[in-house]
Amino acid sequence: MSFNNLDTLYRQVIMDHYKNPRNRGSIEGNPMTVDMNNPTCGDRIQLQLLVDDGIVKDAKFDGEGCSISLSSASMMTQAVKGKPVDEALKMSELFSDLMQGKDIDEEDIDLGDIEALQGVSKFPARIKCATLAWKAMEKGVEEEKED
Amino acid sequence: MDVKAVRDEFPILHQEVNGHPLVYLDSSATSQKPIRVIEKLDEYYRGYNSNVHRGVHTLGTKATDEYEGAREKVRRFINASSTQEVIFTRGTTTAINTVAASYGRANLSEGDEVVITPMEHHSNIIPWQQIVKETGATLKYIPLQPDGTIRLEDVKETVTSNTKIVAVMHVSNVLGTVNPVKEIAQIAHDQGAVMLVDGAQSAPHMKIDVQDLNADFYAFSGHKMCGPTGIGVLYGKKALLEKMEPVEFGGEMIDFVNLYDSTWKELPWKFEGGTPIIAGAVGLGAAIDFLTDIGLEEIMEHENKLAAYAMQEMNKVDGMTIYGPENRAGLITFNLSDVHPHDLATVLDSEGIAVRAGHHCAQPLMRWLEVSATARASFYLYNTEEEIDRLVAGLKTTKEYFGDVF
Repeated sequence: MSFNNLDTLYRQVIMDHYKNPRNRGSIEGNPMTVDMNNPTCGDRIQLQLLVDDGIVKDAKFDGEGCSISLSSASMMTQAVKGKPVDEALKMSELFSDLMQGKDIDEEDIDLGDIEALQGVSKFPARIKCATLAWKAMEKGVEEEKED
Repeated sequence: MDVKAVRDEFPILHQEVNGHPLVYLDSSATSQKPIRVIEKLDEYYRGYNSNVHRGVHTLGTKATDEYEGAREKVRRFINASSTQEVIFTRGTTTAINTVAASYGRANLSEGDEVVITPMEHHSNIIPWQQIVKETGATLKYIPLQPDGTIRLEDVKETVTSNTKIVAVMHVSNVLGTVNPVKEIAQIAHDQGAVMLVDGAQSAPHMKIDVQDLNADFYAFSGHKMCGPTGIGVLYGKKALLEKMEPVEFGGEMIDFVNLYDSTWKELPWKFEGGTPIIAGAVGLGAAIDFLTDIGLEEIMEHENKLAAYAMQEMNKVDGMTIYGPENRAGLITFNLSDVHPHDLATVLDSEGIAVRAGHHCAQPLMRWLEVSATARASFYLYNTEEEIDRLVAGLKTTKEYFGDVF
């Protein structure tokens, strides 16, 4: 049986992040906490961010969801950790473009593992799974900015 | 029942999805439509589209006859004693909201209780949450047994003389439980409460007799029973409906309109403010004819067979968890090992098999089951054992595909 079509969605690196999530857990101290869910399917994420001096010092997540939403959260925390807030937001924008199937300028910012999620754009029903963690991150840093 | 002949009436079923013949197992979300319903809508819009109850012209009369004819079909379908007891709504949600906003607002106050169950669909939870907040009444839940059934002792324990409304689903859209609504209605009545039955998952699949159930209100949706979306029914006992205030005000529902005061039309029209859902009602009438021609008993027998076969075959798949009681309506909610239902549904979809994944608009029930999401395969008159074999093969494929991961 051929799984070619599915393989564009479930790339090995995605399954690796799903099986061995990076940055899963919570941050001690007083991090910014964002709870977000996808009410249509029940996916739920709690994202914690430690932002200091305009830099995302730490990012951790917890929650429940499918392989796409949890691997995306794992990759997102990995990607934004240590980055300036503006760059994190720029990555989020790029990710959104990636999900909409737009061509992205890869020289601009290195998305690393995240590019493996490109295949999700061919599965419209699953795009929301992939963007949940990024939406939480955007909300978190925007609230941080307002404070 | 000749399933092949039934399938021939559903054009949508004869297509390929992702390179495979479609297996549609999501009828509890919405059913497919037979050609005669589609043609009826076409005929209405091409032939006699017109507003009802007001035109003197020929098209208006024809549209009114068809609209009111559909009401009579609904009356017979659920054995209501009069068409005055049959109100067309947008669906089950609107029907329940109407009862909560009208009967609830007028009859609830502090100290009163509304009793529901944890297995209810959100549409039979939230209207009650809202109205008890507004009136100061209390919302109470009949506890569930571990297999997802309700015991009448627990109903008797929960429903008290302070209870004014008991609202229970006839068939669970998740567990497939068929609830003893007739017996629950009796308990409600003994305590002086009224009984609302959410019939969204029962009216499409079994013979309904609202007089035999002795339900005070019975709500259901057209789109789950081969009819169009956007049409549903609120049945209510005439004596109750007569005392209830409308919740939507405007055209069509009035008798006299003065500058500062107005009076309402008689039943059922006082509850149908605005231009009604004419095409939807006409389409629902055609759907009722279709189901009645085949026979609800035959449909239920077919679905019971499918459910029993699916239980037997699905239980053979390693890592299968099925939720709900052994005796059930034609749907199976399940999880497969640690594969998330979304991932499972995506793999099945790649095989042309449509199932539902998520919380099925029953978040309290998901928490009771201690899962965040489940997958559901639901059956209707057009499904076959071969399709269940395809589902089971698809589940094995899913296991195989994710086998390395888990």
